[in-house]
Amino acid sequence: MAQKKPKKPARPVPAKKGVARREPVPAKGRAVRPRPVAKKPSPATKPSPAKKAGPVVAKKPVPSDPFGEKALVATFTELIRRAATSMPPDILAAIEAARDREAEGSVARETLGVLLENSRIAAATSRPVCQDTGMPLFEVAVPRGVSIRAIEKAAAKATEVATATGYLRPNSVDTLSGKNTGNAPGRGMPIVHVHEHSRSGLKADLILKGGGCENVGAQYSLPNSELGADRDLDGVKRIVLDAVFQAQGKGCSPGILGVCMGGDRASGMGEAKRQLFRKLGDRSPEPALAAAEEELLTKGNLLGVGPMGFGGKTTLLGVKMSHLARLPASYFVSVSYMCWATRRASVEVSSSGKAVYAQ
Amino acid sequence: MSLARKLTTPLTPEVVRSLKRGDAVEVSGLMVTGRDALHKLWVKTWPEYPDLDLRGAVLYHCGPVMRKEKNGSWSVLAAGPTTSIREEPYQAAVIGKYGFGGVVGKGGMGLKTLAGLKEHGAVYLHAIGGAAQVLAQRVVRVLGVRHLEELGVPEAMWIYEVKDFPLIVTMDAHGDSLHEEVRKGSKEVLDELLGRKKPAA
Repeated sequence: MAQKKPKKPARPVPAKKGVARREPVPAKGRAVRPRPVAKKPSPATKPSPAKKAGPVVAKKPVPSDPFGEKALVATFTELIRRAATSMPPDILAAIEAARDREAEGSVARETLGVLLENSRIAAATSRPVCQDTGMPLFEVAVPRGVSIRAIEKAAAKATEVATATGYLRPNSVDTLSGKNTGNAPGRGMPIVHVHEHSRSGLKADLILKGGGCENVGAQYSLPNSELGADRDLDGVKRIVLDAVFQAQGKGCSPGILGVCMGGDRASGMGEAKRQLFRKLGDRSPEPALAAAEEELLTKGNLLGVGPMGFGGKTTLLGVKMSHLARLPASYFVSVSYMCWATRRASVEVSSSGKAVYAQ
Repeated sequence: MSLARKLTTPLTPEVVRSLKRGDAVEVSGLMVTGRDALHKLWVKTWPEYPDLDLRGAVLYHCGPVMRKEKNGSWSVLAAGPTTSIREEPYQAAVIGKYGFGGVVGKGGMGLKTLAGLKEHGAVYLHAIGGAAQVLAQRVVRVLGVRHLEELGVPEAMWIYEVKDFPLIVTMDAHGDSLHEEVRKGSKEVLDELLGRKKPAA
């Protein structure tokens, strides 16, 4: 519980207060003091404490802030560790079921078995499931008043710590100079999206998406006469099947597809990628899309690409679809391909600092 | 893979030519990692490695997670394959220059490499993508590293001794490619699903 500091007599100096508040941050992301509103008034803009010497209660050293940068570095580092080293249970169950469907003694069956064995070793040893530990994408929902900059800095710092520890590979290359930045995060990496929600806690979702599967993602503009794809859901389905065909095994199949119809080129691909946070059992709330998800999963698996492109019944583990409004002139279909190693994890931090992780 | 044929480097031309598309093998011996930046460096400067005999060794498209231990030695934390097709422009020339007997990666490679395999007597061996832990366990020793300073950890040329490294021959030295076969089969299904006529081969 709270590590209360003795109350400072009368007039704490603002600068020192800032230090005191950041002190008690334990390692496991469990911050200490109930302090729901995280906004930290900067000493400069604060009314001088000297002028408000009266009510002492308000003058206590402010406790550690669970949504502040320091606490979140620990929370996010643990989040990265979990995502990088242990596979979500729904994905493992799907791979296991797929393995049992493949023919006895087939390369496909053996391969899926190796994926399961690999996942077991990674979780048991806290080592990365895949050596391409991917582009970290954080989607963070915060209560009103939490500093967005603190979240961004914490995500970057946590990426650095996790890289130095070996949960992540030094995975950031400065594109202009061609140099790997080493342990340091790079320009625009990790990707951190923060938005406000109406709850009192913070929720962070993380996905680590490797380059091999990112490379086989695709964006099409409809109509597409070669595929017989008009500007409608049937056209979208044709596009998705072509994308699976084009990817073959190169995205480390069996894969999971995030699909968005509509939007502009940037928002469409972003929305497609966000679908990958959804669990495999999750169905689109739109009945037409829910049906399309089922249909494309079945048809995609008929292609026979199989695990790693060796051939087999298991080419896809899931299809997740969404839609965004578009301009009359545009009709994009964005397909984000995620490899079998769908490394996602989430954490909810309550206003009292209690962190609950889930996959 | 239980029925895998055991191979030891150097892979001789006879052994290489006896391998067929679809064979499961387990390779032991000398393996060096090399990916995008190293291939680029190779074809630009063709560095020599006088203390390293790469004839018949295996080249691995891999950017591993490595950790330097306190005593200065290196540990392999994760070492699965990366996508090979990016090395397509360089691969045949690299095999010709250094004499690799096998190229290990994932996703397969193109016609230029397929021709290079045939010409130089080498095979393309597919590792299981994402199986970074299973494969790291088959690296029994890190023998050294080259170009670490200039290329960084994932892109450097790591020199490994491996034992029973599990692989599938997907492109052999006779011009056969499992990738072409799977692609062709899936194309037929796709055409059927889209109600298209099969295009002329």
